Amino acid sequence: MEEKKLLKGNEAIAEAAIRGGCRAFFGYPITPQNEIPEYMSFRMPEVGGVFIQSESEVSAINMVYGAGGAGARAMTSSSSPGISLKQEGISYIAGAEIPCVIVNMVRSGPGLGGIQPAQCDYFQSVKGGGHGDYKMLVYGPNSVQECVDIMYTAFDKAFEYRMPIMILGDGMLGQIMEAVTLPPMKDFSNVPNAEWATDGTRYGADRRVVNSLYIQPDDLEAMNHKLFAKYDVLAEKECRYEEYLCDDADVIITAYGTVARIAKSAVDMLRASGVKAGLLRPITLFPFPCDRFARLAAMPNVKKFVSVELSMGQMVEDVRLSVNGMKPVEFYGRCGGNVMTSEDIAEYITKEGK
Amino acid sequence: MDAIIVAGFGGQGVLSLGQFIAYSAMYEGMEVSWLPSYGPEMRGGTANCSVCVDKSPIASPIISAPDTLIAMNMPSLTKFVDKVKSGGTIIVNSSLITVKVDRDDVNVIYVDANALAIEAHNPKAANLVIFGTYVKHCGTLNKENALETIGKIFAKKPKFIPSNLAAFEVGYAL
Repeated sequence: MEEKKLLKGNEAIAEAAIRGGCRAFFGYPITPQNEIPEYMSFRMPEVGGVFIQSESEVSAINMVYGAGGAGARAMTSSSSPGISLKQEGISYIAGAEIPCVIVNMVRSGPGLGGIQPAQCDYFQSVKGGGHGDYKMLVYGPNSVQECVDIMYTAFDKAFEYRMPIMILGDGMLGQIMEAVTLPPMKDFSNVPNAEWATDGTRYGADRRVVNSLYIQPDDLEAMNHKLFAKYDVLAEKECRYEEYLCDDADVIITAYGTVARIAKSAVDMLRASGVKAGLLRPITLFPFPCDRFARLAAMPNVKKFVSVELSMGQMVEDVRLSVNGMKPVEFYGRCGGNVMTSEDIAEYITKEGK
Repeated sequence: MDAIIVAGFGGQGVLSLGQFIAYSAMYEGMEVSWLPSYGPEMRGGTANCSVCVDKSPIASPIISAPDTLIAMNMPSLTKFVDKVKSGGTIIVNSSLITVKVDRDDVNVIYVDANALAIEAHNPKAANLVIFGTYVKHCGTLNKENALETIGKIFAKKPKFIPSNLAAFEVGYAL
């Protein structure tokens, strides 16, 4: 096994992407994710891949669309305002069933907003930021190592399901350095290109088309049902979460990403002062661990849920839908780039009653 | 377990100092996190980083009450002095901070880091001087490992290793 390395979240994601087979990166700079394109700019040539700093976010996502359509393991990364610009392309990619990975190191909004950490792009990521009925497989990693582990398998998932994958981080996760163990380089040199890929090199078989235009309503309706059948499989097979001290908890705190780590410390503080708190951390934000929330809500010891987020309250809506009125669901958040401390969370829980 | 805030002017090597601590701890097999303040930072502006070192995995990387504060300039001391845990340690760069710390429940170490760095023939290495002092007094890191870490970090610029080791030793001798 390789020696541990101290890496920023951004650098680690870039290296894990390369080791996971990524050979095409297209991006446009924006804080706080600039280390991803910076790293790719020198690393891609070393592995024979393609790095292009595009003229805009719109062109970057469409380069991903084109490269992905030809069967390449292609990705882009950006932060909130840049991801907004990519939405049209993401919708086309979802419609054309093109595999790719998109990293969003979220900063505070709306508008140009600020450059400090936030989680205010949850809706944009899990509800479909672009037009039309589509979803992405969305991960919310909470550490640099988890960024590596998720990124390393992200392209495999993207190709398995032929869909865009989003890794939803935040400015903190991009900038923090932690010790990581990097996985070995995957070798795809002898793997044939996907049978659907429009690489222009194979004749005689059925014509291969990458397109999201379906003029006939019946065709498009069938296409929508096909996509959603895939999303049902995702819900069954890909849903991931982590639990901490939930079995006897009175209060279930729920949070994702780096905030879940702050919340975990808060759970320890609350436990030390006699409050039975637990933590449910969704790792996939779509598919959302609805069933686990519902089962916890049905437990007699659980009195309420508190969703803790760096937003004005977004994931809390999915928590409410999952809990379905069985128990109260509260919200505690900071926004604008401010980050709560563990003490803030513990104080909220203590003050608001058990 | 040590939760450390390193703060000072941009350009003083504040973020690097935090990284030296983080790398050393990692090479000793400990869990670490290094979280920088980021934003419209510039040379002469303020910069800080939060470093957590622990035997078990780091939950929150955000430090509201540090065990150790390394204050490289006056605004940093003013900003963080009251947040240090009772019984904690404050390392003060007395080259730039002329006041005394007005708390009697913390251990304060004054280091004339800029002058000592010049003495070690490496005027840019005030942060390495402080690193030496930190290793000596904070009990979380091993000296030999810290010296090896400096060698590893400067592996691609070996000519800088001796003067940085010298700066470390001057700080460690305090």
